[in-house]
Amino acid sequence: MEGEALGLLGVPLAVIGGALRVSPPYLFVSLGECLTEKSGRVNLGLEGTLIMGAMSAYGVSYLSGSPWLGVLAAGGVGLLLGALHAYLCQQPRVNDIAIGIALMIFGVGLAFFLGKPLIQPTAPRLPAFEFGNWSSSSPLRAALQINVLFAIGIVLAFAMRYMLQRTRWGLLLRVAGESSDSARAMGYDVARIRLYATACGGFLAGVGGSFLSLYYPGSWNEGLSSGQGLMAVALVIFARWDPVRCLWASLLFGSAGALGPALQSVGISGGYHLLSVAPYVLTLAIMMMTSSAHRTLLGQPAELGAAK
Amino acid sequence: MAPCMESPTSRSPVAYLPLFTSLALGLAGLAACSKPAEPAPAAPAAAPAAAPGEEKAPAPAADKPFTVGFIYVGPKGDYGYNQAHSEGAAQVAKMPGIKIREEENVPETVAVQKTMESMIELDGASLIFPTSFGYFDPHILKLAEKYPKVWFLHCGGMYVEGKHPKNVGSYFGYIDEAQYVAGIVAGLTSKTNKLGFIAAKPIPQVLRNINSFTLGARSVNPKATTAVVFTGDWSLPTKEAEAANSLADQGVDVMTMHVDSPKVIVETAEKRGIFVSGYHANQSSLAPKGYLTGAEWNWGKIYTDYVTHVKAGTAFPHLLRGGLKEGFVKMSPYGAAVSEETKKKADAAKDALTAGTLIIYKGPLKDNTGKVVIPDGTSQAQTDVELEKMNYLVEGVVGKIPS
Repeated sequence: MEGEALGLLGVPLAVIGGALRVSPPYLFVSLGECLTEKSGRVNLGLEGTLIMGAMSAYGVSYLSGSPWLGVLAAGGVGLLLGALHAYLCQQPRVNDIAIGIALMIFGVGLAFFLGKPLIQPTAPRLPAFEFGNWSSSSPLRAALQINVLFAIGIVLAFAMRYMLQRTRWGLLLRVAGESSDSARAMGYDVARIRLYATACGGFLAGVGGSFLSLYYPGSWNEGLSSGQGLMAVALVIFARWDPVRCLWASLLFGSAGALGPALQSVGISGGYHLLSVAPYVLTLAIMMMTSSAHRTLLGQPAELGAAK
Repeated sequence: MAPCMESPTSRSPVAYLPLFTSLALGLAGLAACSKPAEPAPAAPAAAPAAAPGEEKAPAPAADKPFTVGFIYVGPKGDYGYNQAHSEGAAQVAKMPGIKIREEENVPETVAVQKTMESMIELDGASLIFPTSFGYFDPHILKLAEKYPKVWFLHCGGMYVEGKHPKNVGSYFGYIDEAQYVAGIVAGLTSKTNKLGFIAAKPIPQVLRNINSFTLGARSVNPKATTAVVFTGDWSLPTKEAEAANSLADQGVDVMTMHVDSPKVIVETAEKRGIFVSGYHANQSSLAPKGYLTGAEWNWGKIYTDYVTHVKAGTAFPHLLRGGLKEGFVKMSPYGAAVSEETKKKADAAKDALTAGTLIIYKGPLKDNTGKVVIPDGTSQAQTDVELEKMNYLVEGVVGKIPS
């Protein structure tokens, strides 16, 4: 065995590396959903937005040769899908959960349909920061490659927390989410606030999709998301509607996903099915521990899921 | 169990979209049925004696093109399983007087029945190749009874004489022979003596590929070991990329795989600067530096043979199996990193397998827990059914079969 083999030491390294590689889509989708839910609306369609984003980013990057144009296109598509969701939900007697599911199926189906010719070609990918160049160990260098989008996501998580807690915009958003009557009494148009929040949330989810197709795993095909968008929506509840906690939760989910393959690569393959479900079990456990029959979850916007 | 089966991944609700499409097509097919001009070969095979007035199946008349249908479970440009089949279909399309019809993304549900029905009713197909494992039972069996004059040839080797309708056949290839040769190339090219294998599910065909790859590598480099990572499903790009990265972190410098679409793994290996051996189809364009060789299907040969037989009406076996010798599988051309010495040894093994003088599974053979699985003095040739029940990993494989 030669120098590069890390043995068991490779497992924590792979987990950290995996967290950095796998978590960005979770992060972007959960930030988007967090923004939307803070305004008092649930958008379950973000899985569809994520996949549409991935497909359009890949397509635009392939055709234009610029991956950043692809990211922008993915955001734009997400913005439109978000706005569509908001518009439909504004109609009288419309349920946002049902619309979300419909848009999820719509988005995924449309992406598969339009993405057919994109499965084979290879598009230009996004660049990465090489934070590991000081090291001579190639596994470490690979683990510390951080994509620019992920860096933006981290900054965004903190910025969004600040925005929600400290700015007028954030306050308005929270009022719309906590009590639409108060917002109306103050003279604000709740529907418009939610439209903006949902559209911006869609933008973020679309950008998350571009990470999937343009960086990691970095290819367009139909199994690309395998439910990550849906998990990210659940992750918002797990993070209690706090953008910074969304960041930690995304990292946790990313590293949990990397644990199974990392252990198997050193020959430990017992219970790999259990490892695959670990993050979900964790979510369930936390949900059960924190739920109560007497009060709603801490941090949950009061208007969420309220019957209109 | 049969070998060339990749069931689709567990699908999101949207996977049913193609179902709706084919449902619509199926309805269109029914509509066409009612047109009086069309000879409808829809009579159930009830009476043994040809009932007077019964319609003839769309016979391959000289002036009418002979239509062959191909059905794929995924997209045909996936650099993988479905692409291998569609490359075979493309060779059939080049035969004179042949027209082909293809449909992609057909789930292993009643949707495939609708697809087959519309191929028969609307396109007049007299031979259909439904290429995914799960299409066979009950979908093909049902349609075969309904359309006794149409041929249904299924990839999977599940045909049983006497039990299944006469107009059904099945075929599969011993692709592990190609993996054995790829293992030789990997074992001689590796500098760390660590090989990696990313597998979807621990079923016998996958285990056989892992074992043959490892046996090939160890036949020329006894120090070589193969680390196995099971992802759990046929297409999980993120997990596959994670597995490839973990293996590279562990010093693996040649990897191969058995998943539906190897594109992500091949590209990740190239990014990490290690060697890769392909599967299903030729992926060399995705990894110009690191692609060594690959185990590929050669369905074109089987498909053109079958079409020739069916068109001419000559007899042919219902169950076709074969490996390198029969031309059912082939190797990707060697990449730039493969040395002349290595090529020579790999070619020698390929020739021996083709000639039938080399048997991969022969005793004494131990599994990786030390248990003897094939005792000294006995051997299991490719056709041995014992091999189709494989439930062990040979000595030299690092990893366990997840239960």
